[in-house]
Amino acid sequence: MNRFAYARPATIADAAQLLARPGAKAIAGGTNIVDLMKEGAETPDLLVDLRRLPLHDIRETDGGGLSLGALVPNADTAYDERVSERFPLLAHAILAGASAQLRNAATNGGNLNQRTRCYYFYDTATPCNKRAPGSGCGAIGGVNRIHAVLGTSEQCIATHPSDMCVALAALDARVKVHGPDGERVIDFGDYHRLPGDDPSKDNTLAAGEIVTAIDLDAFDCGHNWTYLKLRDRLSYAFALVSVAIALRIDGDTIVEARIALGGVAHKPWRVVEAEALLAGKAPDDALFATVADRILAGARGHGDNDFKVELARRVIVRALGQAVAGTPQTIADKRIA
Amino acid sequence: MATALSSPTSRIGDPLSRVDGRLKTTGLANYAADFPVEGLTYGVVVSAAITKGRITAIDATAARAAPGVIEIVTHENRPDVVDKDKVWQDMVAPKGSPFRPLGDAEIRFAQQPVALVVADTFEAARHAATLVDIRYEAASHVTDLTEAEAGAYNPKGDGTYSPEKSRSDLANPLGNTKAHVEKVYQEAAHRVSGRYTLAPEHHNPMELFASTAIWKPDGSLFIHDKTQGAQNSATYLAGIFGLKPEQVHVVAPFMGGGFGVGLRPQYQLFLAAIAAKMIERPVKVVMTRQQMFSHQYRPNVIYDIAIAADQAGRLQAIRSDCVGATSRFETFAENIVDWCARGYRCDNIALDYRVAPVDTYTPGSMRAPGAATALNLFEIAMDELAYEVGIDPLELRLVNYTSKDEISGQPFTSKALDKAYAEGAERFGWSKRVHAPRAMTDGRELVGWGMATGVWETLFQAHAVRARLRPDGVLEVATASADIGTGTYTIMTQIASEEMGMPVDRIDAQLGDSTLPKAPVEGGSWGAASIGNALVLACTALKAKLLKAARKIDDSPLANAAIEQVEFVGGQIRVKNDPARAIDLTDLVTTEGGPIEVEETGSPKMLEAAKKARNTHQAVFVEVKVDEQLGQIRVTRVVTAVAAGRIINPKTARSQILGGVVMGIGMALHEETMMDHRLGRFMNHNLAEYHVPAHADIADIDVIFVDEPDHEVNPLGIKGLGEIGIVGTAAAVANAIFHATGVRVRDLPITSDRLL
Ligand SMILES: Cc1cc2nc3c(=O)[nH]c(=O)nc-3n(C[C@H](O)[C@H](O)[C@H](O)COP(=O)(O)OP(=O)(O)OC[C@H]3O[C@@H](n4cnc5c(N)ncnc54)[C@H](O)[C@@H]3O)c2cc1C
Ligand code: SF4
Repeated sequence: MNRFAYARPATIADAAQLLARPGAKAIAGGTNIVDLMKEGAETPDLLVDLRRLPLHDIRETDGGGLSLGALVPNADTAYDERVSERFPLLAHAILAGASAQLRNAATNGGNLNQRTRCYYFYDTATPCNKRAPGSGCGAIGGVNRIHAVLGTSEQCIATHPSDMCVALAALDARVKVHGPDGERVIDFGDYHRLPGDDPSKDNTLAAGEIVTAIDLDAFDCGHNWTYLKLRDRLSYAFALVSVAIALRIDGDTIVEARIALGGVAHKPWRVVEAEALLAGKAPDDALFATVADRILAGARGHGDNDFKVELARRVIVRALGQAVAGTPQTIADKRIA
Repeated sequence: MATALSSPTSRIGDPLSRVDGRLKTTGLANYAADFPVEGLTYGVVVSAAITKGRITAIDATAARAAPGVIEIVTHENRPDVVDKDKVWQDMVAPKGSPFRPLGDAEIRFAQQPVALVVADTFEAARHAATLVDIRYEAASHVTDLTEAEAGAYNPKGDGTYSPEKSRSDLANPLGNTKAHVEKVYQEAAHRVSGRYTLAPEHHNPMELFASTAIWKPDGSLFIHDKTQGAQNSATYLAGIFGLKPEQVHVVAPFMGGGFGVGLRPQYQLFLAAIAAKMIERPVKVVMTRQQMFSHQYRPNVIYDIAIAADQAGRLQAIRSDCVGATSRFETFAENIVDWCARGYRCDNIALDYRVAPVDTYTPGSMRAPGAATALNLFEIAMDELAYEVGIDPLELRLVNYTSKDEISGQPFTSKALDKAYAEGAERFGWSKRVHAPRAMTDGRELVGWGMATGVWETLFQAHAVRARLRPDGVLEVATASADIGTGTYTIMTQIASEEMGMPVDRIDAQLGDSTLPKAPVEGGSWGAASIGNALVLACTALKAKLLKAARKIDDSPLANAAIEQVEFVGGQIRVKNDPARAIDLTDLVTTEGGPIEVEETGSPKMLEAAKKARNTHQAVFVEVKVDEQLGQIRVTRVVTAVAAGRIINPKTARSQILGGVVMGIGMALHEETMMDHRLGRFMNHNLAEYHVPAHADIADIDVIFVDEPDHEVNPLGIKGLGEIGIVGTAAAVANAIFHATGVRVRDLPITSDRLL
């Protein structure tokens, strides 16, 4: 771990100013950044602790929406009654992640900005374009069981590991950020980015910007939602593939479908054209398979993770069935509905 | 370990709660890194960035200039120590030339320690460690066992593998039977053959390796170490530093898990000692979790198995041929290929075992070394054979049941595996099993029932135990062995309590200190039997000595009493048929004016039946539910019936089996250290990505101890339980998965993608 300065600003403006300095990095719950610093994968000169900022609330917004403060712990968010009643998909996705202890410490802003779990990213003795641009990608041709099958580049095949963000993508959340030039709002789909030629950037946050809140508009899908996560053990592991689904169904007809995939790309993966295939249709497995194929168009494995393409297809089909039936996957029962 | 709880006496067989449980759960138990030390400094290990090659330059200028840095130890400035292989070979070292930390410029394995940065604070040392600039010249390496297999050799060096003792009644005596076995195999009614593999596994105990070294003004060395053998660490350091054994004092009262990785001294021990010598201050070195992947591991293997049986399932031929990984500098060999030939009756067997050197640190023993690898793979093949023959898998085991060790020809001191099969099957409901795979379902999930057999050795090692009645009336019982989390303090307390008739809270069991009476490393499940029996000897001798002292007291009520006429009850010696004639033990030592003590050694010589086989067994039954489409496997039920002689403490015994079974489930489904062979580096070197079972992966585990009286194995009839729980469990899971899905996986772990 390197030596670093530490600041604990009391206002968002001060925080933004501090974070605009080169080498500055935010810390919230610290469950990710501290690990990365211990391994030398992150070496900030200045650590800006956000925890004094007034971002600790979940607020009501117009029309039954909610604004989730960036510093609200993941656990408090999931167990907030308004969240669990209005956005059970989000609550379940959060609870499908990490462990109780981690969720108590981890914050909403930190969850969005957590970095990939790529083994090479963590190990400074290995090449990694994300950590050390230009050094190469260790995972391509290496150990890549947990890596991406969609939206990859020649430079990087990392995934964004969050569960929460998969639900937020499906819910069309907006990310409120504050920077040296004031506030701006980013559609969730535009928040994270694909690696392209610059894998060092996970998202579209500019220097000095911090996430202040995540805004959700009311979205009522009744019981027709699910968060289904497949992983290498039954709890406390990152997703190999996960899917968040929210359907609005009228009688026998799907009115609107939202489908986001986790564990397969550098960002939560949504394909609106695929979702559109469901609109106005009656649910059936053949249709689900077509939708899955459409979502996974162009998906490609890199060796160890080849299985993810087929797994993702099956997970989508199964989860669509759960959502249509109004039997969301429960967290407690590990049996998959 | 005196407990705070006031307690009655305890007997062998009581479910006494851990006497150190309170210390552990309240954080009062000091583990290796927990001891406060005056003037302590902190050492942080710099790990090599390459896998093989040499260091060409070290620039420590920036690191030395960093605030708080005291010293940077590298091979360039490390003081000389004794360099002979013999002193570097610890008590349980395999053949070869042990690794010397910072010994030279050569890099032999990934993450090899290449420097130790010592500073006033841990933070300063950790920072400066990132500033040490090391240049390397890389050489090519091989870490892939399939590639290394070509260079595999017989670890005994004579080109052929033969078990220690060969059966003389074999139609074709062991040694040169390959062609014949092959012929029998080809002609048999039923055959199974294939290649089975196990991934490398790292022990990953919760507690990281840690050592604190303190050089005393008199030139002696005091150490806090994480180790399964305090005396092993002590003699190791004494040899290396040219000291007399009694000049090194190693203390290691608790261990946050060992599983075999603490049998050998790890490199932080030497590094702490050498650095402390250089800077003349105490140094503590704690490994990082990543560095826990830089030393011992359970070697991955390629195991070729062929089994043939007649129409009834009777084994006709076994070929058991395994290649395991070792390092280039030491030959780590395990007993793998002979377990199958010992446990099943078969007249034509060909065994071959080789090791293939790869560019890693030397693999080492991990819970049930050899047997866990062997039987968790061979028992999968047995399940395949059952389906080939068309009989129930349990029936196949019964058809081939034997009551003697089929290699040595020796009968067992006891073997209640038949009872274990019966009781386990009964409890599990095995008779309701539908033989055909894919025949049982629960909603969407396929249900599978699998079983397997586990075997482990009952070992016995010489241990000296001291029993000392202190003037405060407390009985100390002590040996230099360790409680590696298994409950040794507790069973010592129980045995002493029963023998001496003293309440549990007046017994102070002591372990984990090199100055205590001589003991080997704690491993191989030999602790309970070896220490227990030696402790009984010590108590017997102490009783005699106490009575002698009691008889000498003026007007002693026991003046003429012989040892057979007295009993030790309630902290007294009293005459059996006249309990009023009694002397309180505390009064006795007070009168004596000092402690009364004895030391006795229990050695393998005390075993009556030297020429008999001694083993523990388990019959393990597993239910899985598999979501076939998504590859999700849930182990929903485990029943294991264990035959392990006399159970000293059903509570700690059950915990040992639970731990073994959980580890077996991990071996079946989760544990795998993934190597990037291009880099020669284990990549998932953290606990987020190296998976062991989480709570959600573990459902109901029902442990049965079958009655297995054994008057021959050792006087107490104890067999040991630390390892048997893992042996066979992974195979039972794999077999249950086959039963559920019809998919046979011969490679462990069975990750979900293998079912897609
Ligand atoms: C063992 C383990 C298992 C886990 N398993 C899962 C899992 O299964 N699913 C899952 O989703 N997650 C999992 N996690 C990840 C966990 O969810 C994240 O570590 C956590 O959400 C990060 O939040 P934090 O507040 O602790 O962030 P920090 O560690 O404080 O920060 C993380 C990153 O976010 C930046 N940051 C923090 N707050 C802001 C802000 N307001 N604005 C801008 N940037 C910010 C920091 O600069 C840093 O780069 C796991 C973590 C661990 C250690
Ligand atoms: S996948 Fe991305 S994060 Fe991983 S090694 Fe390649 S560049 Fe680095």
